[in-house]
Amino acid sequence: MSSTEPTDDAPLYEAREPIFPKRISGKFRSLKWILMSVMLGIYYITPWIRWNRGPALPDQAVLLDLANRRFFFFGLEIWPHEFYFVAGLLIMAGLGLFLFTSALGRVWCGYACPQTVWTDLFILVERWVEGDRNNRIRLHRQPWNAEKIRKSLTKWTLWLLIGLATGGAWVFYFTDAPTLLANLFTGDASPIAYTTIAVATATTFAFGGFAREQMCIYACPWPRIQAAMMDEDTITIAYREWRGEPRGKLHKGQVAEGQGDCIDCMACFNVCPMGIDIRNGQQLECITCGLCIDACNEIMDKIGKPRGLVGYMALKDEASERAGNKVVNIWKHVLRPRTLVYFTLWSGFGIALVVALFLRSPLDFNVTPNRDPLYVMQGDGTIRNIYTMRIRNKHGEDVTYRISATTPDGEADPTLTLSLEGQEGDTVTVPADQLYNQRLYLEAAPRSDLATTSRTDIDIWVEQVGGEVPVKDSVGTVFNGKEQ
Amino acid sequence: MSKKPTKKEIQTTGHSWDGIEELNTPLPRWWLWTFYACIVWGVAYSIAMPAWPIFASGATPGLLGSSTRADVDKEIAKFAEMNKAIEEKLVATELTEISSDPELVTYVNNAGGAVFRTWCAQCHGSGAGGNKGFPSLIDSDWLHGGTIDQIYLDVQHGIRDPLDPDTNAAAQMPAHLDDELLEPAQIDEVVQYVRQISGQDADAELATAGAEVFAEWCVSCHGEDAKGMQEMGAPNLTDAIWLYGGDVDTLTTTIRHGRAGVMPSWSYGTTEGTSRLSEVQIRAVSAYVHSLGGGE
Repeated sequence: MSSTEPTDDAPLYEAREPIFPKRISGKFRSLKWILMSVMLGIYYITPWIRWNRGPALPDQAVLLDLANRRFFFFGLEIWPHEFYFVAGLLIMAGLGLFLFTSALGRVWCGYACPQTVWTDLFILVERWVEGDRNNRIRLHRQPWNAEKIRKSLTKWTLWLLIGLATGGAWVFYFTDAPTLLANLFTGDASPIAYTTIAVATATTFAFGGFAREQMCIYACPWPRIQAAMMDEDTITIAYREWRGEPRGKLHKGQVAEGQGDCIDCMACFNVCPMGIDIRNGQQLECITCGLCIDACNEIMDKIGKPRGLVGYMALKDEASERAGNKVVNIWKHVLRPRTLVYFTLWSGFGIALVVALFLRSPLDFNVTPNRDPLYVMQGDGTIRNIYTMRIRNKHGEDVTYRISATTPDGEADPTLTLSLEGQEGDTVTVPADQLYNQRLYLEAAPRSDLATTSRTDIDIWVEQVGGEVPVKDSVGTVFNGKEQ
Repeated sequence: MSKKPTKKEIQTTGHSWDGIEELNTPLPRWWLWTFYACIVWGVAYSIAMPAWPIFASGATPGLLGSSTRADVDKEIAKFAEMNKAIEEKLVATELTEISSDPELVTYVNNAGGAVFRTWCAQCHGSGAGGNKGFPSLIDSDWLHGGTIDQIYLDVQHGIRDPLDPDTNAAAQMPAHLDDELLEPAQIDEVVQYVRQISGQDADAELATAGAEVFAEWCVSCHGEDAKGMQEMGAPNLTDAIWLYGGDVDTLTTTIRHGRAGVMPSWSYGTTEGTSRLSEVQIRAVSAYVHSLGGGE
């Protein structure tokens, strides 16, 4: 990289230089097509998958029900108090990014980032409407005439439609998709839905159509963070300078004496969606999408030179290969202590989450003693404690539970009486998928040990009445008496 | 385009550390326009919305006339409008019928609870457990009665509130020593008697003498059986609950100097024609108190 000292007339800002990536085919381009179809497919189709959960619950397979604070994911139903699952997933996402970045570099940027995927889709549309690189450059340079206006309008319309579909699909994740779609057309959907669609459409249109690589270079913090997580074993894309230089044009019928393998055909630059020349070395802009590799390999095949002048490699390979060592298989860099540690942590969290998921009880039960006042002295000397009991019935049907109180040893105490506010007897019926609040009274007989001890541990039991495998659970709490 | 040199001339700031040079990269032009747009937005916003402080009079109102205070007023009005139907229902419903209407139960739990925590918790405690001199509202003992109708009356007109002519419980515990009704020795005797009938340690000899004093002086309010009279506001002296305390010192003080607890009247305003609490609030808080576990 050549550099110069600052001059007074140096520009303070500059316009974006349009980039016209050329069409290319090859291994990595195919991989990107496949990944793009899969990811866009998942994104657009997921809200439409149905999942039968019975009459009380929505039958959308993936639904973030913000109004009722539930998250449905196929057979799973996450309640707000189970938000630790989401926290766990976020931790896994974080560790996963460490893992992928330290092993494979900016693979996320190159293949999976929505900005990359949608930009790729928008470039596909652009190419379909305006032709390949040279046609697009010609169109860009020519004055506004009928052809340019027609093609631009067609392109923008298609982009807008994609943007609309993108924003539209987003809102379907938050409410029943078929109902919302109908409401969107009849104008009955909530203003929030319309606003969200409008914002998502506008950002998709602007970021995919016009901002493109500017988002990665100037707006996104992720490339900068990733740079700090990479080391010399991290897989990245590099130009094998020791093989390519000195570069020079190859003329038909001439033997290129003293020249490297690079014939300076600019194929790698022409296909780059970021508009950089990979031969300049590691660059912040490079999203490691692999298109330059495809482009260069195609040229190497044509001129009868081995592939891999541009390729995926680790930074330390460059020095090693320059010294004449054999080309190292890139997968040897992936397995190293650092990535193994990340992988262990990542899979540890994953296993813990899955275990936690299967250990979830279909019943949540807790009892909070009323601390104001600690106890109530009744007229006959009985000491009453008041508790708030919460039962969350995660069965799909109404369940009746019997409530009882015992000592921590599980034995009944004859001086202790349990009653439920507003209920006859000791049973409550909790409606399906509901959180049920019930005030609970425990009364200790006058002058009993419980009544005269300031604090006694007790257990409150909840037991399903009937059912094939009756659920039983208990929580420990305390009984406060009046010390004498 | 393909002829364009790909190795751009890149300026540096001239700073170099360990061979790492600091680049002097120009800003993207769209960034500059975004910056200008933000300035324009900022100026326009400060003209359109309340922004610039004015000494002693708040801030410039803004052309759009936006006001968060007005927004809050609107929200309050909106919720008041939403609550109108249930409030009318609450006023129209017999007090004793409230607990059998789930919709009203939810309303009095929230609205009545809010009134209680705002106006009642200072004396009765946020959990209604009471304090010395201020009765617990969740136990089995009621000085004036624990039916919802009586609770409603007590909240409405207060207890011994001098401002409200309709206030409850005109009677009060006399100051037997100060008013020279009883000799100190007689008071000591009756204290022992009261301790005896409430199942506490007592001097049997004094208590026997005290029974005569009690029969002469106390039964008119507390009753022959000493179980109190709710219409007089006279407490039950045989149970385990003491408003001021059942120990010898406190009982002596109570009998010597008298007691006259006061609860404000909540339907009676501090100025003519006003009311501290509305009818809806009084009903809601009465139903709330009645539902706490002590209600009869």
